[in-house]
Amino acid sequence: MAALVEGRTGAWEVVIGLEVHAQIISRAKLFSGAATAFGAEPNTQVSTVDAAFPGMLPVINRHCVEQAVRTGLGLDAEINLVSVFDRKNYFYADLPAGYQISQYSRPIVGKGKLSLDLPDGSSREIGITRLHLEQDAGKSLHDQHPTLTYVDLNRAGVALMEIVSEPDIRSAEEAGAYLRKLRSILRYLGTCDGNMEEGSLRCDCNVSVRRPGAALGTRCEIKNVNSIRFVMQAIEYEARRQIEVIEEGGTVKQETRLFDAGRGVTRPMRSKEEAHDYRYFPDPDLLPLTLDPAWVEGLRRALPELPDAKKARFIAAYKLSPNDAGVLVGEQSSADYFEMVAKGRDPKLAANWVMVELYGVLNRLGLGIERPPVSAAALGELIDLIVDGTLSGRLAKDVFAAMVETGKSAAALVEERGLKQVTDSAAIAGAIDAILAAEAGKVAEYRAGKEKLFGYFVGQVMKATGGKANPALVNEALRRKLAG
Amino acid sequence: MALDKATVARIAALARIKLPPSEQEPLARELSAILGWIEQLGEVDTAGIEPMSSGAALRLPMREDEITDGDCRDKILVNAPAAERGFFTVPKVVE
Repeated sequence: MAALVEGRTGAWEVVIGLEVHAQIISRAKLFSGAATAFGAEPNTQVSTVDAAFPGMLPVINRHCVEQAVRTGLGLDAEINLVSVFDRKNYFYADLPAGYQISQYSRPIVGKGKLSLDLPDGSSREIGITRLHLEQDAGKSLHDQHPTLTYVDLNRAGVALMEIVSEPDIRSAEEAGAYLRKLRSILRYLGTCDGNMEEGSLRCDCNVSVRRPGAALGTRCEIKNVNSIRFVMQAIEYEARRQIEVIEEGGTVKQETRLFDAGRGVTRPMRSKEEAHDYRYFPDPDLLPLTLDPAWVEGLRRALPELPDAKKARFIAAYKLSPNDAGVLVGEQSSADYFEMVAKGRDPKLAANWVMVELYGVLNRLGLGIERPPVSAAALGELIDLIVDGTLSGRLAKDVFAAMVETGKSAAALVEERGLKQVTDSAAIAGAIDAILAAEAGKVAEYRAGKEKLFGYFVGQVMKATGGKANPALVNEALRRKLAG
Repeated sequence: MALDKATVARIAALARIKLPPSEQEPLARELSAILGWIEQLGEVDTAGIEPMSSGAALRLPMREDEITDGDCRDKILVNAPAAERGFFTVPKVVE
């Protein structure tokens, strides 16, 4: 069900399509042998091909083609066995050739789909229009000099996948969910690291509004938004802006806009629309790209288990809720971690420890699950100590905190700190007798019918035993003694 | 196909070629003649033939994903009209 936006004159539907530029993980560039690593000294990863020296010819990187095809397969898309590279012509200081090699009428990947996981646990399918291969441009730095722009071509020629969605997205939340899902799939496939801060994933948003069920409205394109949060903010703002324009009797002008993250608004780009006449034509330096169907089939068979399939398996095999399964499969590494902890143990208990205690620590320390402070094996051993009665749930949390701090195993910490749960009935009975003797007044009240004092007695006994008494045994013995 | 003066002026602007107004008319005539000559190809019956985007009956050669080039900043910058601190420099272009 589409979320509608209430305007002054009634309800509006927001229609969104996203174009995502995803940098392909590769050692060398799409058409040259120069390196792609982020953060190198300016212009040190540039070949004469990337700098468009006269007479240089592009030669395509096989691995980049493979990455694009694998991504297409991961999006359940048609793979075009013949595709063509075109020149997209425009002038800018960081585009040395005066054109970008891209794919226009015949992209390498055609129609596919992506399933959105919505907050209520349901899912919705978003169409993928196409995925094509293209080169990235260089980087312009405008703030290094009062009158000059500095140009670094290290990024020029790096392989990008442009992934275009159908205008199927209906809210800022769905746009956020789409980007998170796409990022997750790309990271599972290992075709893009999804790092938005470093610009490995960038998003253009096409936004329009219409009355529910009416024909599509005029759209505006918001360029180069570089975080999921900003994408959502930009869409919220832009939809509101368009609704206001129309409700005040105006018409939305088709234009390219920029998102100003500082002020949370979009504003028109100053460049003329005429600059968007790219005069595409097939690049005469490159032959059509033809793929062998058997090679594509081989790639399909070698795909890893992707988030949707993994989520379904987690729900079926571990009886997890769709929400828990969705959280755990978001990153391959967290799914792997969970599976190691859950192996041979209660999956629900394992999921809780991973999602509550471990995620809590990761958030607090600002760490990723790729380098957890407590290994999956070590967390598994801690859970075993809970299950076999050595540790109560509360003590286990203390032990976990100590594991994070010291890197020691749960068993070593229990031994060292004398945290072993007291399961000796005689010791527990002794502690209870002492408390009941000291609290004779409250015992009388309890026996006179004030039953909620029971919790108070339990608390006193736990305190007397340093929290180490087995709670089940305490409950049982206390009940017996109070009754007697 | 005939090009008018306005189209020629627009193409020149897109290609960043400075074209004095006096040359627009003669250039429009010349370009129209060239296009007309190429349009003779339209006389060939191509019904049922796959469109082609290359005349060579070859497969696109590919390279392996190995770093074999780059790390030659001096060579890259040597012909630049201006460079500073390892960057190309151009008059400030700000959106």
